[in-house]
Amino acid sequence: MHGYSAFSILRNGLTGQRHWRRAWRSPDPKSAYDVVIVGGGGHGLATAFYLAENHGVRNVAVLEKGYIGGGNVGRNTTIVRSNYRLDGNTQFYEFSMKLWEGLSRALNFNVMFSQRGFLLIANSPGELDTFGYRANVMKLNGIDAELLDREEVRRMVPYLNFSEKALYPVHGALLQGRAGTARHDAVAWGYARAADAYGVDIIQGCEVTGFVRQGERIVGVETTRGRIGAGKVGLAVAGHTSVLAQKAGLELPIESHILQAFVTEPIKPLVHHVVAYGADHFYVSQSDKGGLVFGGGLDGYNSYAQRGNLGVVREVAEASIAMMPCISRLRILRHWGGVMDMTPDGSPIICPTPIDGLYLNGGWCYGGFKATPASGWCFAHMLAKGEVHPLTAAYRLDRFRTGRTIDEAGAGPFTWLQ
Amino acid sequence: MRRLAIGGRIDRSQPMEFTFDGRAMTGFRGDTLASALLANGVRLVGRSFKYHRPRGILSAGPEEPNALVTLGTGGRREPNLTATTVELADGLVAESQNRWPSLKFDAQGINGLFAPFLSAGFYYKTFMGPTRRAWMFYEHFIRKAAGFGRAGEEPDPDRYDVRHLFADVAIVGSGPAGLSAALAAGEAGARVVLIEQDFALGGTLLSDPQDSESAAWLSGMLARLAGMPNVSLMTRTTAFGAYDGNVLGLVERHGSGTADPKEGQARQMLLLLRAKSIVYASGALERPLTFANNDRPGIMLASAARIYLNRFAVLTGTRVVVATDNDSAYRAAFDLATAGAEVTIADSRAEPIHDLREQARRRGVAVRTNSLIANALGRRAVRAVSLSEPGGAATVRCDLVAVSGGWSPTVHLTSHFGVKPVYREDIQTFVPGKLGAGRFVAGAVMGGLTTAGAIEQGHRAGVDASAFCGAAKAVQQPVRLELTEIDAGPDDSPLGTSLRPAPLAQLVRGGYGSPAILPELHRPRRSGETSHAKRTRGGDEEGAKLAAGKAFVDIQMDVTTQDIALAHREGYESVEHLKRYTTLGMGTDQGKTSNFYALSAMAGLRGMAVPEVGTTTFRPPYTPVAIGALAGRSIGHHYKPIRRTPMHDWHVANGAQMLEGGLWMRPWFYRTSGRDVNEAYVAEMRMVRETAGLMDISTLGKIDVQGPDAAEFLDRVYANGFARLPVGRARYGIMLRDDGIVFDDGTTTRLGERHFFMTTSTAKAADVMSRLEFLLDTAWPDLRVSVTSVTYEWAAMSVAGPNSRDILAAAFPDLDVSNEALPHMGLLEEQYRDMHLRIIRLSFSGERAYEIYVGASLGNEVWCRLMEAGAPFGLKPYGVEALGALRVEKGHIAGPEIDGRTTLDDLGLSRMVGKRSGYVGEVLERREAFSDPARPRLVGLRCFEPGKQLHAGAILFRPNESLQGHGLGRITSVTYSPALDAWVALGLLAREAAVEGAEIVAASPIIGQAVRARVVSPIFLDPKGERLRG
Amino acid sequence: MLRIECPCCGPRDHDEFRYGGDASVTRPAYDDPDFEAWYRYVFVRENPAGLHREYWQHVVGCRQWLVVERDTRSHTIASIRFARETRA
Repeated sequence: MHGYSAFSILRNGLTGQRHWRRAWRSPDPKSAYDVVIVGGGGHGLATAFYLAENHGVRNVAVLEKGYIGGGNVGRNTTIVRSNYRLDGNTQFYEFSMKLWEGLSRALNFNVMFSQRGFLLIANSPGELDTFGYRANVMKLNGIDAELLDREEVRRMVPYLNFSEKALYPVHGALLQGRAGTARHDAVAWGYARAADAYGVDIIQGCEVTGFVRQGERIVGVETTRGRIGAGKVGLAVAGHTSVLAQKAGLELPIESHILQAFVTEPIKPLVHHVVAYGADHFYVSQSDKGGLVFGGGLDGYNSYAQRGNLGVVREVAEASIAMMPCISRLRILRHWGGVMDMTPDGSPIICPTPIDGLYLNGGWCYGGFKATPASGWCFAHMLAKGEVHPLTAAYRLDRFRTGRTIDEAGAGPFTWLQ
Repeated sequence: MRRLAIGGRIDRSQPMEFTFDGRAMTGFRGDTLASALLANGVRLVGRSFKYHRPRGILSAGPEEPNALVTLGTGGRREPNLTATTVELADGLVAESQNRWPSLKFDAQGINGLFAPFLSAGFYYKTFMGPTRRAWMFYEHFIRKAAGFGRAGEEPDPDRYDVRHLFADVAIVGSGPAGLSAALAAGEAGARVVLIEQDFALGGTLLSDPQDSESAAWLSGMLARLAGMPNVSLMTRTTAFGAYDGNVLGLVERHGSGTADPKEGQARQMLLLLRAKSIVYASGALERPLTFANNDRPGIMLASAARIYLNRFAVLTGTRVVVATDNDSAYRAAFDLATAGAEVTIADSRAEPIHDLREQARRRGVAVRTNSLIANALGRRAVRAVSLSEPGGAATVRCDLVAVSGGWSPTVHLTSHFGVKPVYREDIQTFVPGKLGAGRFVAGAVMGGLTTAGAIEQGHRAGVDASAFCGAAKAVQQPVRLELTEIDAGPDDSPLGTSLRPAPLAQLVRGGYGSPAILPELHRPRRSGETSHAKRTRGGDEEGAKLAAGKAFVDIQMDVTTQDIALAHREGYESVEHLKRYTTLGMGTDQGKTSNFYALSAMAGLRGMAVPEVGTTTFRPPYTPVAIGALAGRSIGHHYKPIRRTPMHDWHVANGAQMLEGGLWMRPWFYRTSGRDVNEAYVAEMRMVRETAGLMDISTLGKIDVQGPDAAEFLDRVYANGFARLPVGRARYGIMLRDDGIVFDDGTTTRLGERHFFMTTSTAKAADVMSRLEFLLDTAWPDLRVSVTSVTYEWAAMSVAGPNSRDILAAAFPDLDVSNEALPHMGLLEEQYRDMHLRIIRLSFSGERAYEIYVGASLGNEVWCRLMEAGAPFGLKPYGVEALGALRVEKGHIAGPEIDGRTTLDDLGLSRMVGKRSGYVGEVLERREAFSDPARPRLVGLRCFEPGKQLHAGAILFRPNESLQGHGLGRITSVTYSPALDAWVALGLLAREAAVEGAEIVAASPIIGQAVRARVVSPIFLDPKGERLRG
Repeated sequence: MLRIECPCCGPRDHDEFRYGGDASVTRPAYDDPDFEAWYRYVFVRENPAGLHREYWQHVVGCRQWLVVERDTRSHTIASIRFARETRA
């Protein structure tokens, strides 16, 4: 790989930026690959990278119908944390966190992973109890966690609403210091560039229109750029998993929903941490460019439209002022929606499917971004070895049939309430 | 630069004082902050994002990339406002941004020296070492340097409001097309709302001189519209977003003439306009030109120079170069010349399309054809431009460069529904795509049109839009306007709204926007050259190509032509990649002036046509919207519509500490019971166990279930049976979700053969109600049952404790409340004097207890009667903390145990159900995992380590087991038990370990504690239930 | 805002309604013991990118459950009926 470093910056700065090469090639598809990954988002690209890096599987294509990183990896609120309480989630997200911590160097691409800390504000005594439970699980699984009281929270984030009259007073908070944010686009690009350097073909503008079967087995895909043979096909198209799965005749417990995100105009540093409101769906961080990035709950009806409605916009604005009264005069610069694969328990699905040759990575609900490295790592393991990685053993498709669901919110089985 | 003595739409009789960076200045009513600054000779107004280059005012509207200011102080501090849209007000305090220590001497201007290294995306390539956390070190400085203005940290003292509007026809934009549409739709009888972001109506017409025909047309139209009661004209109102159902989000700014709103007035108002049809007449935005140092103060859009001249009576330059690739800028040139400026036109085309040379000659305006600006000279203000012409280079001194690179229709709002704009090759611009039914477009937003054409189109759109809504009265012909302020060319095309730029082929040959003049892209820099060289190169075309200095595409984000070329070179070719990699279009202006150029440059670099490259998605809002406006009145206490019980005031008056739960305010504990919650709840528990306590339970969900099939219905929705419940008896019931997980619990009392009274938990009341209705409407419409929520109709309170019956008897002396008349689980429904009482003997605490229901308006009266009658018996109120503790002692489950993951069997309740079938959730309750021996089930835990206490959320392990992982379960609820003088808890513990008598370790590493406890029955107190019977 | 024309109350913003999910799945009879039928009813969803039949309840109005046909790509509503009528 053509290395990125302070030296390369210096050299190019002195020579008119002429020596930079393409971050990834733009190859024509070959007639067949060992592995074809459908979906050039964070998870698909990460999978390709780890297939090559960890397993030496390099005859790999990533097929993207639009441009890489155009789905949810490029339209999320960039938060990375590993504060999950249920067995199956806790270890998986912590493994992901560990990969995040070395990701920029592993990819030679600065993904700007910044561990500024994630504060989950408890707004009632009962909530603080549940955070205590979560914190205990984290500690017992080797994950950093701190439970803060009201005064400790005030010292860290004095701009929150500490009024005695607040409807949802600050009772304390769960802090994960190692959590933070990353530059979302850079994750897609960094994986793409590193995978490309191993010879993975990243093919943009190539939409999968069907699957090629030989008997019961899937042996390739039909695309807008022709038929492409595949030893194995991995789906990593969260948001649109149902659409692709239907082409393969696979029925899933997934529905697509809109989650909106918001960014304000850039301002000088105000919010250092990631702060989430326990009482309501609201979380905020400040990007390195200066915009406050925040998000809320789902719009709440099935949708593939990548745009939301004004009701949630207003709810989020209300929650933001309830939590941070000083935010009122700042202005929202842009709001957009991403299409989420929502499952009935709010947890993802990474597993072989009942169809031979077809493997599924989807159902990310709104936890997909932080999971990107571990998801790619474990999915690559599955595609390379044909067996489930122990860290994703719980993310089976049949768990809804068996009852081994992983419902952090306890909101099942309605996808839009997760 | 000066204010003219006459002309313009400012009111010279109303001077307004304001300050900029502490300097006192005066403007007039009718000014924007930008026009007032220009009138006061201010050219330098800000510093750029990355390189901190000096910046002036580019535009006269919301597309402004440069002139960002901070207004106000303290809680009213508001950063990043475009001076071009701020209506000047008396007392306005403005300051420049992103500079230190001052605007003129900005220390970070030094960034310019490092510019060669700060190319697009440089940060992706470095700052990765030496350690893993190194990025956080660098990031600290990057974050400090980033951002524009500084936000205030105090709460906003101003008020915002929300209004809901309805219209047949919503019209966006008040230019010739919008006004004409409004008149037509108004005459057709439609209810019309016309929306204008400016504080004056007229759109482009406002840039014509006051004594022009178009000004006369405008005032005539406004007079006619003002007389139409079905037309409302909204100024200072921005349509920021279009949402499903033709709902337009509008923000209206106050126009009180002072910087801050008047007392009681909303600063801004969010308007939700639900329109049957929409007419987009949003006009077009002029594009700047791209050349070296095209960001210098004094370089302005030609249309803006004309607006400042004609609308605000500010002559923004005396020696003017008008650089253009289209006809429209000639109007600015001619008006500036008429006002006394010395004007040179540098037209990139071989020949103007119309017979403009002659008109120019008559006005003393020099026209140079095939002439491109290669470079702008001057640092804090432009001094001269060097022109690249076929005959060689020329330098022209000037103090204003008015530029026009054609026009981009304002398609933003039309795209919010997901309709992508389409490219019109003939005029080289994007216009709205095919809009859905009921949406119409008119005027410049559709591309190059004359004013007369815009009026004609607006008229047609107005007629069509009203017809769509069923308003079809006869409409007169449109009021025509033939512009004569400039002689029309032989082809009779007036100039005013011609959007036609030079043909694309010409651009590619060497005009603005072609890769050929992107400075320094195709050649390494020679040693000794600096990026700010003030030289004019030799007279060859090469000289123009190599003009030194940055050529900005996105002026606000400091994205240059080089950055675009670099993005292309590195493969970030998709427009979305280009945008995200270079940050192009990500500024507060959302790339309004830069997007088109970037697209065409990328198309050029890739050798593709513009439409093949595509556009980025236009996202709402069109211009930034204050969060406060979106929240409206839903702030502070009004954040959520909280609910108060009929006894609320009593609680507050009697020392209750209230706690929100499910949007109800409930007494948490009473300060009369103890200093803090821990002291108080124990005292309140003791009181209930020893004498009696009164609790407000009005927040429980209450559902009236009636009908011939009511018993059958309840038999299906509850896991345990209700069909055989006798009249006059209550029963505890538990509901499952369809997936077999416990949904909610409560009690239901049979009031009559066909009449039941159900209670639910406070938290799940709405969900249960809705679910019952769902089942009746969608699954079992054949059941003759009606369900009605009566939560608010009944006040409810529970008197619990050994003395409760005596208290009840004392409060209602005529009622027979003996154990025979009102046994445990019995009902007494009586008219007692003027009150209808429903008394159900139910206990949550394990004590003898009665739930007393009465009409909400009598709740407080009954409460007080009980308190009074109970005083001799030691009755005091207790709160939810004590209630929660009492039920733990009694082993009753509640929210922490019914957590959306537990089954009946997990909670030890499967015996209640027995072998029943046909209830909701029954089949999926049989899923295999639910009988897994590792699955936790409800246990009691009793701490036996003296001086230690159990904590909620502790993780359970076997003794000597290593404390890691997820353990065997957890503590869900915990309390100190005064009756046992021990810490007791409810927990969920793996079945295989849930053996009564076994020792268990409860680990709370978060507080550094591990406590030993014994597994016991979850019913800590009175397992036979003797206290509540009898 | 989706504007849902409630057959009882007229056109209203969708935030007056409670969403009830896919209306094309068939709920087994209350006493149907078929595990597979219940599993499919509760969990399996077609999730079309296109026309979707879905339940909405007008909770702050007439409280009727409605069946709405809506395109999940454009959010355009094609039809609205009372849920009880669709059962009849």
